[in-house]
Amino acid sequence: MEHYLVAMGVTAGIYALMALGMNVIWGMAGLINLGLVGFFAVGAYTSGILTLKFGWPILAGIAAGTLVASLFGVFVALITVRLRGDYLAIVTLGFAETMRIIMSNELWIANGTDGLSGIPGPFRQALGPHAFNLQFLAIVIVAVAILFVLLQRLTRSPFGRVLRGIREDEQVVQVAGKNVVMFKVKAFAVGTAALGLSGALYGHFTSYIAPDLFAPLLTLYIKLSLLSGGLGNNVGAVVGAVLVVFFLESTRFVIPYVPELSAVQGAALREILIAVALLLILRIRARGLIPEKVGDFPLPEPTRASQPLKP
Amino acid sequence: MEVLQLILNGLMAGTVLAVPAIGLTAIFAVLRFTNFALASHMTIGAFAGFIANTTFGLPIVPALAAAFVVAGIIGWMSDEFVLRPLRASGFVTTAIGSIALTIALENFVRFGFGNQMRGYDLPLRRDWVISGLRVSPQQFENLLIAIVVVAMLFAFLSMTRTGKAMRAVADNPMLASIKGINSDMVARLVSFIAMGLAGLGGMLSGLDTTIDPLVGFRTILSVFAAAVVGGLGSIPGAVVGALVIGVGEELSLLVLTPAYRTAVGFIAILLVLTFRPRGILGQRAY
Repeated sequence: MEHYLVAMGVTAGIYALMALGMNVIWGMAGLINLGLVGFFAVGAYTSGILTLKFGWPILAGIAAGTLVASLFGVFVALITVRLRGDYLAIVTLGFAETMRIIMSNELWIANGTDGLSGIPGPFRQALGPHAFNLQFLAIVIVAVAILFVLLQRLTRSPFGRVLRGIREDEQVVQVAGKNVVMFKVKAFAVGTAALGLSGALYGHFTSYIAPDLFAPLLTLYIKLSLLSGGLGNNVGAVVGAVLVVFFLESTRFVIPYVPELSAVQGAALREILIAVALLLILRIRARGLIPEKVGDFPLPEPTRASQPLKP
Repeated sequence: MEVLQLILNGLMAGTVLAVPAIGLTAIFAVLRFTNFALASHMTIGAFAGFIANTTFGLPIVPALAAAFVVAGIIGWMSDEFVLRPLRASGFVTTAIGSIALTIALENFVRFGFGNQMRGYDLPLRRDWVISGLRVSPQQFENLLIAIVVVAMLFAFLSMTRTGKAMRAVADNPMLASIKGINSDMVARLVSFIAMGLAGLGGMLSGLDTTIDPLVGFRTILSVFAAAVVGGLGSIPGAVVGALVIGVGEELSLLVLTPAYRTAVGFIAILLVLTFRPRGILGQRAY
C-alpha cells in the first residue's frame, strides 16, 4: 500500500508539473493547446533516447528533453499564433497525433510500438525499488516546488501581467505597444518546456515509454486538473493535479465492484466520468477550488476629469 | 500506371472525405467554432449503420440513411444541451468542451460494443479492372453515394429557402437576424445536418475496411486537413480540400509507408497555414 501511495505521489507530481505548464499557456495567456501529450512525449523520448542510446547523464537528458519540447512549442506557436485560435487548436492536436504516428512507426528512433525500455533512473540499482520510488518522489516534489516558485514570480512580473492582458483583451495590449505575437510565442515556450520536463521525469521514473502512453486522454486529465484547482492560478494547478490523480485512482478501486462490467466497459466508464466531470465544470463556469485572484492592483480612483459628464 | 492508380484511389477517397469535411466546415461557418466532437459522431454513424445493416439486415443505402439520422439527432442534442451553453464562455472553452464531449460519446460506443473490429455485411465482389486500373465496386459505390449526397446538399443550400437562410447566417448573422431569420433554428439545423454528414462519412469510410470505436478519431485529422486546406468555413472549399488531401494521402504512398497517411494531413495543414492561411477558397483566417 505504501509503495502504491508513493507511486501515486510521483504521478501527482508529474501531473502538477504539466498543469503548471498548461497554466502558463491556457490559464495566463488564454491560448489553447490540445496537443499537450505531444510535448510530454517529446520530452520523454528525447531524454530517454539520449540517456539510453548515447549515454548522456540523466540530468543532461532531462535538460535536453525540456529544451527540445520547448523548441517544438515555439515552432507550433510561430505557425499559428497570428491566426484565429481555432487553428492553434487543430495544429496542436495534429502535432500530438503526428508525434504518436512517428513514434509508433519508426523503429530506428525508439523501437516503434514496443517502446523504449530500460531508461536509466538515478541510483535505481543501488537503492532498490522502494527507496528509488521514495527518492523520486522527493525529486519530483523539489521539481514542482522550483517550477512553482519560478512561475509564481513570472505571474507577478510584468511579463505575467501582459499575458493576462492578452487573455482578457488582445487589442488593448496591442494598443499599449506590446508585441502580442512574441508574448504568445514566449508563453508557449515556457509552458511546453514544463510539459517536456514532466515527460522526461516520467520516463526516468517508470523506465519505460511507448507511444500508447501518450494518448489524448492525458490532455483531458490535465485540463480537468486546472479547471478543478482554479484556472490561472499556480496553487490551483498543483492542488487540481493531486485531486485528479486521487479521483482517477479511486475510480480504479470502485469500478471493479460494479457487477457485470467487463474490463473494457470499466475503462470506458472511467473515461466517461472524466469527460462528464470536465463538461460539468465548464458548464457551471466553476472557478475551481482556489480561484485566480484578480484585483491585486486596485483600479485608480476616477479623477475629476475622467468622471462621466452628468446630463 | 501506379501513379494513375493512386490518383484514382485518391479521388475516390477524397470524395468520401468531403462528406464529413463539409459537416465540419458548415459548423464552423454558422456556429463559428471548430467542433472536435465530429470524430465521435463519425463513430456513432458508423455503428448506427452497422446495427441497421447487420441486426436489421438493411441494405447499404438505407443503412447509410440510418447513420445520417442517428448521428444527426445526437449531434443536434449534444449541441443543444452540451456545447451551446459553452459557446457564451468563449472559443477555448467550447473547443475543450467539444474534445471532452467526443471522448464521452466515443466511450459510450465502446461501452456498448467493446473494442473489437467489426465489418459490415456486404456481398463479396471481384474488383473491376478497366484498362489496367483497378477499382473495387464498393469504392465506386461509395464514390457515387458521396457525389449524390454532396450534390443534394448543394441543391439544398442554393435552392431552398432554409438553405439560403443558413447561408445568410453564415455570411452575416447580424444582417440575417434583422431580416427575421431565426438563428437558433438555423443553428439546430446545421448541427443536425453537419453531424448527420459526419455519421454518413464515418460509415462510408468504414465500408471498405472495418469499424471500431476509434474509427472517427483516426480520420479526424484528414477531415480537419481537408477543411483547412480548402478554407475553413467554405463548403466548396471543403470539397476541393478533401480531394487534395485524398490524392495527397494516396500519392504519399510512393515515398512513405501507409501508416503516415494521416501525417500527410498534418503537413498539409502546416503548409497551408504558413503560405495561405485562408486556404484555397476561404475568406479569412484571423
